[in-house]
Amino acid sequence: MPKNVNEFQVINADDDELMRISREGTLSLNLNEMHAIQSHFAKLQRNPTDVELETIAQTWSEHCVHKTFKSMILYSEAGKETEEIDGLFPTYIQRATEDIDKPWCVSVFSDNAGIIEFDDRYNLVFKVETHNHPSAIEPYGGAGTGIGGVIRDSLGTGLGAKPILNTDVFCFGLPDSHYEDLPKGTLHPKRVFKGVVAGVRDYGNRMGIPTANGAILFDSRYTANPLVFCGNVGLIPKDRCDKSVEPGDLIVAIGGRTGRDGIHGATFSSAELDDTSENLGSVVQIGNPIMEKKIVDALLQARDLNLYRSITDCGAGGFSSAVGEMGEDTGAEVHLERVPLKYEGLAPWEIWLSEAQERMVIAVPPENIEKLIEICEAEMVEATVLGNFTDTHRLQVFYEGVIVADLDMQFLHKGLPQHVKKATWIQPQHQDMPSKDELTDDYTEDLFRLLASPNIASKESVIRQYDHEVQGGIVIKPLVGIENDGPSDACVATPIIGSPHAVIISNGINPKYSDVDPYISAASAIDEALRNIIAVGGTLEKTALLDNFCWGNPDKPDRLGALVRAAKACYDIATAYGTPFISGKDSLYNEYRDTTTGEQRAIPSTLLISAICVMPDVSKAVTMDVKRPGNLIYVVGNTYAELGGSHYFNIHDFIGNTAPVVRPDEGKLTMDALSSAIDKGLVRSCHDCSEGGIGVAAAEMAFAGGYGISLNLSKIPTGEKIKYNDFLLFSESNSRFLVEVEPQNRTDFKNYMTEVAIGCLGEVTEKPIFTVYGIDEKQIVNTSIEQLKSAWQTPLHT
Amino acid sequence: MKPEVLILRTAGTNCDTETDVAFQLAGADTSLVHIQNLISGKVALADFHILAIPGGFSYGDDIAAGILLAVEMKHKIRDALDKFVADGKLIIGICNGFQVLVRTGLLPGSGNSTAGDSEITQRATLAMNTSAKFECRWVDLATQQSPCIFTKGIKRRLYLPVAHAEGRFTAPSHVIEELESNNQIVFRYGIPSEFATVTSNYPNNPNGSVADIAGICDKTGRIFGLMPHPERFLTKWNHPRWTREHLPDEGDGIAIFKNAVDYVKAELI
Repeated sequence: MPKNVNEFQVINADDDELMRISREGTLSLNLNEMHAIQSHFAKLQRNPTDVELETIAQTWSEHCVHKTFKSMILYSEAGKETEEIDGLFPTYIQRATEDIDKPWCVSVFSDNAGIIEFDDRYNLVFKVETHNHPSAIEPYGGAGTGIGGVIRDSLGTGLGAKPILNTDVFCFGLPDSHYEDLPKGTLHPKRVFKGVVAGVRDYGNRMGIPTANGAILFDSRYTANPLVFCGNVGLIPKDRCDKSVEPGDLIVAIGGRTGRDGIHGATFSSAELDDTSENLGSVVQIGNPIMEKKIVDALLQARDLNLYRSITDCGAGGFSSAVGEMGEDTGAEVHLERVPLKYEGLAPWEIWLSEAQERMVIAVPPENIEKLIEICEAEMVEATVLGNFTDTHRLQVFYEGVIVADLDMQFLHKGLPQHVKKATWIQPQHQDMPSKDELTDDYTEDLFRLLASPNIASKESVIRQYDHEVQGGIVIKPLVGIENDGPSDACVATPIIGSPHAVIISNGINPKYSDVDPYISAASAIDEALRNIIAVGGTLEKTALLDNFCWGNPDKPDRLGALVRAAKACYDIATAYGTPFISGKDSLYNEYRDTTTGEQRAIPSTLLISAICVMPDVSKAVTMDVKRPGNLIYVVGNTYAELGGSHYFNIHDFIGNTAPVVRPDEGKLTMDALSSAIDKGLVRSCHDCSEGGIGVAAAEMAFAGGYGISLNLSKIPTGEKIKYNDFLLFSESNSRFLVEVEPQNRTDFKNYMTEVAIGCLGEVTEKPIFTVYGIDEKQIVNTSIEQLKSAWQTPLHT
Repeated sequence: MKPEVLILRTAGTNCDTETDVAFQLAGADTSLVHIQNLISGKVALADFHILAIPGGFSYGDDIAAGILLAVEMKHKIRDALDKFVADGKLIIGICNGFQVLVRTGLLPGSGNSTAGDSEITQRATLAMNTSAKFECRWVDLATQQSPCIFTKGIKRRLYLPVAHAEGRFTAPSHVIEELESNNQIVFRYGIPSEFATVTSNYPNNPNGSVADIAGICDKTGRIFGLMPHPERFLTKWNHPRWTREHLPDEGDGIAIFKNAVDYVKAELI
């Protein structure tokens, strides 16, 4: 053995010793897994080297293999028999896609991103990732490498997609938090906010990829565990979507050099944070977007010349994961001393595990290597042959001629024992808020407060820092309306300039409803993402979904019970709407342990649903800003008294118990009918009702369009009797839209809505005044759109 | 024969594709060429009529925006570049390309002699925006009376997006006076009205440029640089308000590329 390779004494170790090895090595392996490793090596009558044990730990990490989603779960709910769930992922996510069975799904769950059909020449790839733990410790670097990583996912899908669009969703602590209230060792949410935005901005802008969709949410429980979701859409020729590896193909590393940065990122993300986490300085990677741009430039040329057979990115686990995955069905031989290093002194296991950024691995037939290196040199990118794929079904790693790892691929990829985990769900009870109708007959102030609440307030100061125009294809932009500053429901891109073939990207996320029921939260997230697609002119028929679960520690039964509820909703609602999942990811263990108080804080259970829809004719797209005085404002879809977890309750410090449920039968009829009406050109503007309900949606439409709106709440169709003005105005019931229709199209529009509850609430007015009349025809809101806009724009202005 | 356009690329260039499409729509033949291939001699600049330096972050804008590519152009392809200018050919630099042209000194060009002077030095700069951050927004541009080939015949305001952190044009006052008296200012940031031409208020002037300067040319009008992106407004769908306004199918940006192509057809081939 070389001096810098050590053996771990596991075959004769007792349980305490095994766990000490796991803990001290940041391996995040539990006793069960250590036992599996122990018995494997006992059979071989030798101990594993550090290279081997680290390889197994990375490959088996929550981050790489998603073991919670594959676990056997024993789920119990009050008054029900314990349910055995053989894997949340196969049972609720993958099965939904199989049952929906869309012919335009090209590749789901198997590659680095999902692939769907686009037009007759191209397909689209879409992936959303999280980079939460690194962003908590080093916001700028963590977020930048988050976006860098997900771009490489597109580049590593099929034989490589051209990145065409970024989407980013962030969850932070409250921006006005007091320093003394922050948990020990955490950064102020404002600092995290600024750093994360700057990181995403600098990486995305330098890569020349438009950042055109996103969301920012605030909740005090994200203070210690901010969430950073980064997504990328790519465009790929139809005949470049398959990959394979042949024995004899060269293993070629392309891109940046390898250093000590990012070691143990995969296992680190499978642990809770505390105030000592920042001492793990090397777990956060360092990004270099120009290096990544050069890789894209070189690889897309090589792809079009067919110079390589397979590709993947070096993400979590570095070369160990990339080579291990690519060679799973063949075998691989790697020589670590050939890896170009940033500096000397790395031990073999460090080279093998480093998560240094901007590296890709490709499988190159030997006859193509010369041409490949020529292209890389012309683009000033390093390309290095590290070894070759074999037919041994073994992962063999050498350092200076000596074998330092010799692992059976079967054990590495299939040897992980299935976990059995307990999950429980107890329905929480919160205090309900009474209507304020008894106290007031004016809701203008409530509307101002809602518009100014950080989750709803304008994100323009952030959006403008992102280049959302580069590549010349973003045709419905994140900001729309007469002064280019209203909140668009979704972005629409035409990736081929001049072609009307478009792709719509949207998102839905409702962590506040999780406080009532994670099932409702997940269902609402799907409904919201779909509403946003429909609102700009998309259709359910051509929409696919991505799921990104960010949760607390799944080893705790209550956290896992919440996860089970959310996963169940994913199956139920996705199948009812006929919208398949094509990719997803989970980030668990988003908890923080305060070492002084012993207090344990988990984030709200957070499911981000990202939606992608292919739209054949962009000229049909609509935006949310009202267009002309005299046009009618309709609400489409029933309103229920559903304010649990709503923003209206939130600004009055209530949670409530009746969060908005999804009624997918009703919802699907509504969305399909509206899609048809938009397709026929009968809708001048459309906005979904979400945070703040009809009140906020109407206000946004008015000030974005530069005209007034007058509404009458008595015309709202309801699914149940609602006798309070505030509940009607601010309920967040799902599957609802506000729609602007020209008076002469009223009949045609209604003909498309025969099976859907609609109500004509009022009209667009020349006078820039926003008025709402209550159930008894009394005026309950009266203000100028200028004041509404100012309330909405001021809070996050800087 | 179609006019031949060389679209210059290097590490960090990222608006090359849409610039390529813009010139093709205008009727030119285009080639995307990495500067390494000009330096090595694999590709000859002399074979082209128009040199376009697109937007992006050349070499990450390390040190300052555009400076490393400018140094390469000044020192590694100097002779070819001088000859290209002396031959009366056209150069356009957009955003990062404008930053490059200013840092090479090709813009605004020498105060004393004609373009092509081998003693070109940097006489102006594009500094950090006064807002101190990267900003992406659409701006109104008041087209000025100038000898610029690329804006010939354009009398009206143009509406184009900017997206940059370092776009504040500034120079010593005598250089600004010289630009004014030579009519080298091609575009100024304007206000959204048909009648008014100039304002200096943020965000209409998005970066705090002196005299609202958004684009300039050299004295001959053949070298042109601007911060806004004409290649990002090629069809009406690029316009941020196409869903609410009646717009022609063709975007405002196309005219700039067509003018260049027409000039080459009339004068150079």
